[in-house]
Amino acid sequence: MALDTAANPRLARLEAILDAHEGREGPLLPILHDVQAAFGCVPAEVIPRIADRLNLTRAEVHGVVSFYHDFRDEPAGRVVVKLCRSEACKATGADALAAAAEARCGVAMGETAADGAVTLEPVYCLGLCACGPAAMVGDTLVGRLDADRLDAMLKERGL
Amino acid sequence: MRVYLPRDAAAKALGAEAVAEALLAEAARRGVALELIRTGTRGMIWLEPLAEVEIDGVRHGVGPMTPGDVPALFEGAAAHPKALGPVEALDWMKRQTRLTFARCGLIDPLSLADYEAHGGLAGLRRALGMTPAQIVEEVTESGLRGRGGAGFPTGIKWTTVLKAEAPQKYIVCNADEGDSGTFADRMLMEGDPFTLIEGMTIAGLGVGATKGYVYLRSEYPDAIEVMEAAVRLARDAGVLGADVLGSGRAFDMEIRVGAGAYVCGEETSLLNSLEGRRGIVRAKPPLPAIEGLFGRPTVVNNVISLATVPVIFEKGARFYADFGLGRSKGTIPLQIAGNVARGGLFETAFGMPLGRIVEEIAGGTASGRPVKAVQVGGPLGAYMHPAQFDTPFGYEEFDGQGGLIGHAGLVVFDDSADMLEMARFAMEFCAVESCGKCTPCRIGAVRGVETLDRVRQGDAAALGLLEDLCETMSAGSLCALGGFTPYPVMSALRHFPEEFGMAREAAE
Repeated sequence: MALDTAANPRLARLEAILDAHEGREGPLLPILHDVQAAFGCVPAEVIPRIADRLNLTRAEVHGVVSFYHDFRDEPAGRVVVKLCRSEACKATGADALAAAAEARCGVAMGETAADGAVTLEPVYCLGLCACGPAAMVGDTLVGRLDADRLDAMLKERGL
Repeated sequence: MRVYLPRDAAAKALGAEAVAEALLAEAARRGVALELIRTGTRGMIWLEPLAEVEIDGVRHGVGPMTPGDVPALFEGAAAHPKALGPVEALDWMKRQTRLTFARCGLIDPLSLADYEAHGGLAGLRRALGMTPAQIVEEVTESGLRGRGGAGFPTGIKWTTVLKAEAPQKYIVCNADEGDSGTFADRMLMEGDPFTLIEGMTIAGLGVGATKGYVYLRSEYPDAIEVMEAAVRLARDAGVLGADVLGSGRAFDMEIRVGAGAYVCGEETSLLNSLEGRRGIVRAKPPLPAIEGLFGRPTVVNNVISLATVPVIFEKGARFYADFGLGRSKGTIPLQIAGNVARGGLFETAFGMPLGRIVEEIAGGTASGRPVKAVQVGGPLGAYMHPAQFDTPFGYEEFDGQGGLIGHAGLVVFDDSADMLEMARFAMEFCAVESCGKCTPCRIGAVRGVETLDRVRQGDAAALGLLEDLCETMSAGSLCALGGFTPYPVMSALRHFPEEFGMAREAAE
């Protein structure tokens, strides 16, 4: 399939990612991680080209993208807040924290604010089970999180 | 002045980075030459960030540290208000048998010289002098069983792969540690990554595999960073590559990052994911040992199983097998989590009664309220009642109590826990994470949530349905996700029937 990469810099970037994984065993997940790192999501427009290069059908690639929780079809908010909802964090108050976070961010769990400022997501275990409730705010891991601390962390990020 | 401070994710989540910055700033202000060594964690998470200051060759602990505690550290660690004394002499450390985690928290995780100075590579050097059959025999004799949860004898798995003939075989490390309450894999990869690399290399030599993959979950960014750096260092030093330690034998490995699917911790689903497919469970047989990654014979072992291999080769199979209880040989890294006064990792020989772990080691709940239940073995493990606290920690012993030890995570709940909600959560989690291949799991979990909602509304007839459903899920599911979800559900119902609207006698 001929692609006009000069007219579309995103596709040029995609070609570079695909080239970098040429010859690897089972390259699809590493490719998708790189695509998401580059574009903030796995846009629908890249799927046909990935399928073509890996000799897969579009349906197969779409099937993989949609199977995994990590891959997004639209970019997340500017700040992503991942709250652990698993048992160890539930034992230390994660449910109350989740309710407070929804109220503070003005979105339900799993949603992005309309202005794109923040995404609130559940995560099932960050391995911080001895210091729950745990969360990841942007790139920062935090343990023994409470509503006040979360509020302060969001303020530090301009929210 | 030499100070050790963990770079472990849990230490960071509790403020280690701010403490590190404060240490460097204070040293600069005072004009003190500070050697700050970032280590893994010792596993005493309730004391993190735990700084260790070397005094006359002995490491003294101070913690939990805040940036405000830093200036006093320069006045003398022994007199610090948060001084704990020599770390090795702390009760938590003294009572352990640290074999797999011997170096974790002690050394700089990315210093191969430090690793070797503390016994690293001794096991691999010994293995290089053995035949593949001797290597596999050594693992069999150690009694090591899969630490990921299934408890399958590692030596038998390796024997199958050794005997399989194929142009390519693989070692796959399952580092998709998705179970809540478990963090041993993360802690080991962040604190002593070369142990895992060494264990995988020995596995490769044993079964004739030249390529290894670590399937590491994306929720562990710190572990990914440390493991990738460690693999590069090992390759540069000739530990990995075409000529392992100058032996002429080849083994190399790669880190692959998961994408947030719990079910990929199941070995066949993990293999599909590594191949770049949806993480759908495969029917067994064929076993992965015969037809695994890309259809080739593959050893799939958990991080802790593989990371325990070096110490078995360093000290001998007999040494390792002499620890433990019955058919549970060796040591197990207990991960104590949830509502506990002292949470963290505690490695000990199999056999310690559950109650002693919860009351003596963990010090009961953090909230100070009575312990209501302990979920052992992750989201698919049973809720254990305090009446079962005399159960010794071992595979068969927990099985006999209607539970499982899984990956040895213990999540403690106080008396405020809502057990009907926990049962519902188990079903909800299964519904979210089901790969969709088999009906009992895909549909059963959704029906389970609905049925528990009916129970919540006082529909007593729904309980019979719930029991039937659980039976169908355990008997009919393809893998442990659907098959074991009934463990938490039914154990919650059995031990706390009144919360499900039942009289206690009716449940028993």
